[in-house]
Amino acid sequence: MLTAIAIAVDGLGFAAWLFLSSVGLTLIYGVMRILNIAHGGFYALGAYSSAWAIGLYLQTGSTVAFTYLLIPLSAIAVGIIAGLLIERGVLRFMYGRDEVLMVLVTYAIFLILEDVTKIIWGTESLVAYQPAYYLGNIDIAGIPYTVYKFALIGLAIACAAVLWWGLNRTRTGKLLLVVIEDREISSALGINVTLFFTVTFIIGATLGALGGAVTAPQISVVPGIGAEIIVMAFAVIVIGGMGSIGGAIIGALFVGFARAISVHLYPAAELFSIYLVMAAVLAVKPYGLFALSERRKI
Amino acid sequence: MTKNLDRTEKGLIISLPVLIALGFILPEWIVNYIQVSLGTGLVALGVMLQMRAGLVSFGQGLYFCIGGYAAGMAGKFLGVSDIFVLVALGLFASVTVAFFAGFLLRRYREIFFAMLSLALSMILFGLLSKLEVLGSTDGFNLPSATYLGWAPEGDTAKYALYVATCIPTIICTILLNRYLRGPMGYVGEAIRENELRVEYLGTSAHRAVHIKYIIAAAVSGIGGVLWALALGHVDPEMTNWTTSGQFVFVSILSGTGNIVAPLFGTFILEIVRVYAVEASPNTWQMILGTLMLLTIIFLPKGLWSLIQKKKAAISTQKMAGSES
Repeated sequence: MLTAIAIAVDGLGFAAWLFLSSVGLTLIYGVMRILNIAHGGFYALGAYSSAWAIGLYLQTGSTVAFTYLLIPLSAIAVGIIAGLLIERGVLRFMYGRDEVLMVLVTYAIFLILEDVTKIIWGTESLVAYQPAYYLGNIDIAGIPYTVYKFALIGLAIACAAVLWWGLNRTRTGKLLLVVIEDREISSALGINVTLFFTVTFIIGATLGALGGAVTAPQISVVPGIGAEIIVMAFAVIVIGGMGSIGGAIIGALFVGFARAISVHLYPAAELFSIYLVMAAVLAVKPYGLFALSERRKI
Repeated sequence: MTKNLDRTEKGLIISLPVLIALGFILPEWIVNYIQVSLGTGLVALGVMLQMRAGLVSFGQGLYFCIGGYAAGMAGKFLGVSDIFVLVALGLFASVTVAFFAGFLLRRYREIFFAMLSLALSMILFGLLSKLEVLGSTDGFNLPSATYLGWAPEGDTAKYALYVATCIPTIICTILLNRYLRGPMGYVGEAIRENELRVEYLGTSAHRAVHIKYIIAAAVSGIGGVLWALALGHVDPEMTNWTTSGQFVFVSILSGTGNIVAPLFGTFILEIVRVYAVEASPNTWQMILGTLMLLTIIFLPKGLWSLIQKKKAAISTQKMAGSES
């Protein structure tokens, strides 16, 4: 029973974290048809910048409470700067090319971003644990959990709700759905597709950076975290169907619980289980468990 | 027989004694780099082979690793150190896995192929990083190679291994060139252009992709064995996606124009890496990424297309000269 509760709480915690770390990837794929490997780079940039900002701020001896403002702010800063530079500087010249080619282009960008983080913050690890402990612990069935973990679950739900509302209930969101449906027709109708792409990429980059930024207080930020997250994020968005926000939620729950179950019952299978779920889903339903399969084009 | 050889094959046959002789002349560190890059070059060849059919494998490290671990485990648990047996084992293991995985992968194209191959290689990564019998993330060491009972020592051992790396690499490359010039090789390019038409013409695209996948796995497995013997060590990083990414990088950079391009590409990259890492360790990946972007934008057919263009230019000049 205790294990079951632990699995449930940890599974939700992992799922929230996975959703936050991968929703930007699915958004960019859905709108722009770019499987963005550079997403891992945004994640790492977000983690570094937030850990660094928290460290700087706390050196002044001020209260920890304001660090919760620094986390999203650093993510937004990273998203706007890196997202804008990459979209305007590189990707816009590549629109309309093969999807596979875009994977390679974003892989190249990912490699560049890896070193950008090293140049800015060095190769030493950064630690900014204060925000994770400031909120204290709560006991569930005798197991202590940080409140921060539950805050993340709340944040993930809020993110999902805002995205859903933005896409389905606002004028801009509906226009975006039109752009997703048919790029050419929508630009013929007078929709500024280029602007939509730029803004989507910035939002996607910000979400990626946010994933890293909220994770930073829970881990020690080291080089290479971007390479780890990108495979997890792939697994998440593939399972639910790439390009759908709902799919990302389902994928995150799937992977989160797969990981929680293996962590508690058979720790050796932790990494293995995630990729196994991904491969199994790809093998059975390559377009995701809940996506309609695309028509085959001649 | 010699009539059937094209220029690349003749060049490869000539290059074998040259390579072996270079092993005597060149300083030891360069020879080491040649040896290591022949091993990884074979894997890059496997990636390039699939790229010709428009398939980007982001998980070729899987077979690189299977080859290396098969050889390593044979040495560790069975005490086998004969290079012929080790290469055969690596080849057998990777071909067997590829045969079964191929039934799955042959149904996918484009990003789905890339992602599924990546997922498969990461499964092995997850497995090996936790297996304590095989040294978890640290991996384990390989025995030094023997040759049908002959166990050389010291410098002789190094040189023997170098020769034993050159020979299978050249043989594989020639065989691959043969394959690519044959009907099955050209089907790959046809699949990249238009798969449906290939099917209408009466060939099974699935089967062609499956065969291509197995061949790519076979060379990657051999590459893995040779690489592992050269370093004397294997670890799970061999199947991490970042390793596979480097093979993709080499194929993009050198292009799919010629079979030897990936071998050269790997070697040049290996040498550049040494100096770049020494000069500024934190910008190595940035250099790689920038190079890759520039290649994709300005030289979509890779660096080899520069050589081809030059050749074409020279031949047109000659033509013009003979006319006047």
